[in-house]
Amino acid sequence: MKNDKILLSHGSGGRLTHELVETLFKKYFSNPILNTLDDSAELRLGYPGGPRLAFTTDSFVVNPIFFPGGDIGRLSVCGTVNDLAMKGAVPRWIAIAAIIEEGFELATLKKVVLSISKAAREAGVAVVTGDTKVVEKGKADRLFLTTSGLGIIEEGVNVSGKNARAGDEIIINGTIGDHGISVIAARNDFKFSSGLKSDCAPLNNLVKKMLAASKSINVLRDPTRGGLATTLNEIASSSGIGIIIEEKLIPLKNEVRAACGLLGFDPLYVANEGKLVAFAPGASAGKILKTMKSDKLGRTSAIIGKAVSSPKGVWLKTLSGTLRPLMMLEGEQLPRIC
Amino acid sequence: MNNPRRSQLNLMEVCGTHTMAIARHGLKSLFSKNVNMLSGPGCPVCVTPAGMIDAAIEASRIPRAIVTTFGDMLRVPGSHSSLEKERSNGADIRIVYSAHDALDIAAANKSKEIIFLGVGFETTAPTVAATVISARERKIKNFSVLSMFKTIPNALKTVLAVKGRRIDGFLLPGHVSAIIGEKPYRFLARQYGVPGVISGFEPADILESEKMLLGMINGKEPRIINQYTRAVKPEGNVIAQETISEVFESADSEWRGIGRIRKSGLVFRKKYRAFDAQKRFGIKVLHPKENVNCICGKILTGLENPESCKLFGKACTPQNPVGPCMVSSEGSCAAHYKYGKMVFKHRR
Repeated sequence: MKNDKILLSHGSGGRLTHELVETLFKKYFSNPILNTLDDSAELRLGYPGGPRLAFTTDSFVVNPIFFPGGDIGRLSVCGTVNDLAMKGAVPRWIAIAAIIEEGFELATLKKVVLSISKAAREAGVAVVTGDTKVVEKGKADRLFLTTSGLGIIEEGVNVSGKNARAGDEIIINGTIGDHGISVIAARNDFKFSSGLKSDCAPLNNLVKKMLAASKSINVLRDPTRGGLATTLNEIASSSGIGIIIEEKLIPLKNEVRAACGLLGFDPLYVANEGKLVAFAPGASAGKILKTMKSDKLGRTSAIIGKAVSSPKGVWLKTLSGTLRPLMMLEGEQLPRIC
Repeated sequence: MNNPRRSQLNLMEVCGTHTMAIARHGLKSLFSKNVNMLSGPGCPVCVTPAGMIDAAIEASRIPRAIVTTFGDMLRVPGSHSSLEKERSNGADIRIVYSAHDALDIAAANKSKEIIFLGVGFETTAPTVAATVISARERKIKNFSVLSMFKTIPNALKTVLAVKGRRIDGFLLPGHVSAIIGEKPYRFLARQYGVPGVISGFEPADILESEKMLLGMINGKEPRIINQYTRAVKPEGNVIAQETISEVFESADSEWRGIGRIRKSGLVFRKKYRAFDAQKRFGIKVLHPKENVNCICGKILTGLENPESCKLFGKACTPQNPVGPCMVSSEGSCAAHYKYGKMVFKHRR
C-alpha cells in the first residue's frame, strides 16, 4: 500500500521523516547550505572578514503543554538555542511565533510566556521579534509555537554532521530517554508515577566550555526526536563512517529503563531535550570529557563508543558482548513529545 | 556452547518477545553452532487475520465509534487499508496501553461507542476480561470488545503437524505460561516426544533454557521444564484463568497464514454478549485472499526464514508492510529487518 497522505510516522524523526525531507523539501529547495542538513544552517555574510552565522527554525507541538521539568515555552527556547549550539554557534537572538487555539486560557498563555522569558534569560538570548495567530476552536491543539534563532560562529570552529572521522571518540553529556518518558508519564496514559523530569535545558554554555577546552570537536548533535540511535545514523550517513557504541557505557536512569521495559520502548529511540553527542579525536576527547563533567549539565558524561572506518552504519555492542546493528527509527514510537 | 553429539537441531521459540529478545541481544551467535532457531506463531498481531483487520476498520466507520487499540495494530495491513490510514482519513482511532484506558474513555464519552480491539494471547486476555467484568459492574454500556484473542497450546500441535521439517524442542512463552502454568504443554513431551522449556526473557534465561533443551534432547528425556520459576508457578495464575473463563470460552479460530486451528481462540460467553462488539454491531468477519507472495504463514510455522521471502526488504518493509510479520514489533520479519542477519560476535 503506497502512501498518498501524511501519517503521524512522518513526524517521528525516523526513516519516514527523512524520506519526506529528502524527496520533497530538500529536492525542491536544494542549495548547498540546506543540503548539509545540520541542526542549523551556516551562513556566511558576503564581505571579507564577515562573521559566520548559524540560523535555525523549529516547531513545538508537545502534548501536554506542561510536563515535569518543563513546558512548551521552555522547550521552544532550549530547542532552538541547542540547534544553534550544535553548530558551535553562540546563540544571540530568537523569534517566536504562536498559533493559539480559540478558547485557550489567558492565564495559561501567561505561564508559557513567563517560562519563555525565564529560559531566554538562562540561555542569554533575546526574543527580538514574534507573531501571533489565533485559529478557530478545534483547528489547533491549544498552542503551537515556532521558533527561529540566529547565532554567531567563532573563528576556528568547524562543527558539522559530515565532519566525523574514523577514530573519533563519541561523548554524551548524561542519561538518555528522560524527556520522552517524562512526557509520556505526564499524559496520564500511564498510571505509574515516577520522579522523572524532562532534561530540557539550554546547552550553549556547556558547548562554550567544551570549545574553550578544545576546538577539535568535529560533530555536535542533540538527539531529540528519534533518539540517540537515529542521530548516530544521521551522522554515520553524512560522514560516511561506521559507529560502534557499547550498551554498558550508555548512561541510563533506572526509572527510564524500567518504564521502557514496561512499555516496550527502546531508550535509544526516545527523545532527549538537554543532551548532546560530541565526536572528537582521541587526543582531545579526554580533556573535553573532563570539562563536561565539571558543568552541571554534564556530571554524568561518558564516552560511549567510537567512529570507525568499517563496518559502515551504526552498531551496538550488547551487554552480552555480541554486536548487532542499530538501525534508524522506522515509524512512530511515541506520541508528540517535542 | 558446543553440542557435538547431534547434527542440525531445530529449536522453535514460540513467543514474539523471545524473537525480539534474541535479536536485540544478538544471542544467535552465542547459541550452539548446530542449533537452528525457528520463530513460531506467538506474535498476536502477526496471526490476526486480514479479515479481522477489515472488521476493525468497519468498526471505526460505525457512527460515533471510537476504536481503541494497542499501538502495534495500527499499521497492520488489512485487505485494502490499515487503521493508521483510516485514522489519517478522519476515523477516531486511539492508541491505549490497557483495556482499562479504553473503559475510562467510554466512561468519559457517554455519547460515543468505544470499541476495544482485543488482540493477544493468554497473557493479555485476563486483564481484558477483568475490564469487561468491571464495565458490567459499573454499568458502562457504551463499551465493547472485538475479541481476536488466541490461545497457544493447540497452535503448537498445528506447528508439529507441519510436514517438511522437524522440531526438536520448544522455547516456551514465559508470560503466557505465567497465566496457564506447565500442564497445558505436557502433551508435547508425552504424545510427541518433544521437550520444552518455559523460558524467561533475559539473555541469561534464554541461554540457560537452550542448554536445558539440548540436555533433554541429548539424553532423550523429553519433559517440560520451567526455567522461569520467578514468574511461573506450576499451576499458573489460577485467578487469571478463572477471570478468562468467566467472560470467554474456547472456540476454533483463524490464524493468519496458517488457517483454522481447533479450540485456539476466545469468544464471549452468552452472559457477556452485550460487550461483544461483533454481535452488538453485526460486524462481519470475512476471509479475504492474502498476497500470493507473502509467506508469513510459512515463517510463523518455522518452515521458512524471512530472507527467503520474495517481498522481504523490497516490496515489504516496516514502512510499507505487506504481511503482518513485518509490521508487528514482535514479528519475525521485523526482527530480521531491524537487527539484520549480520549479527556477529565482537572479537577483541
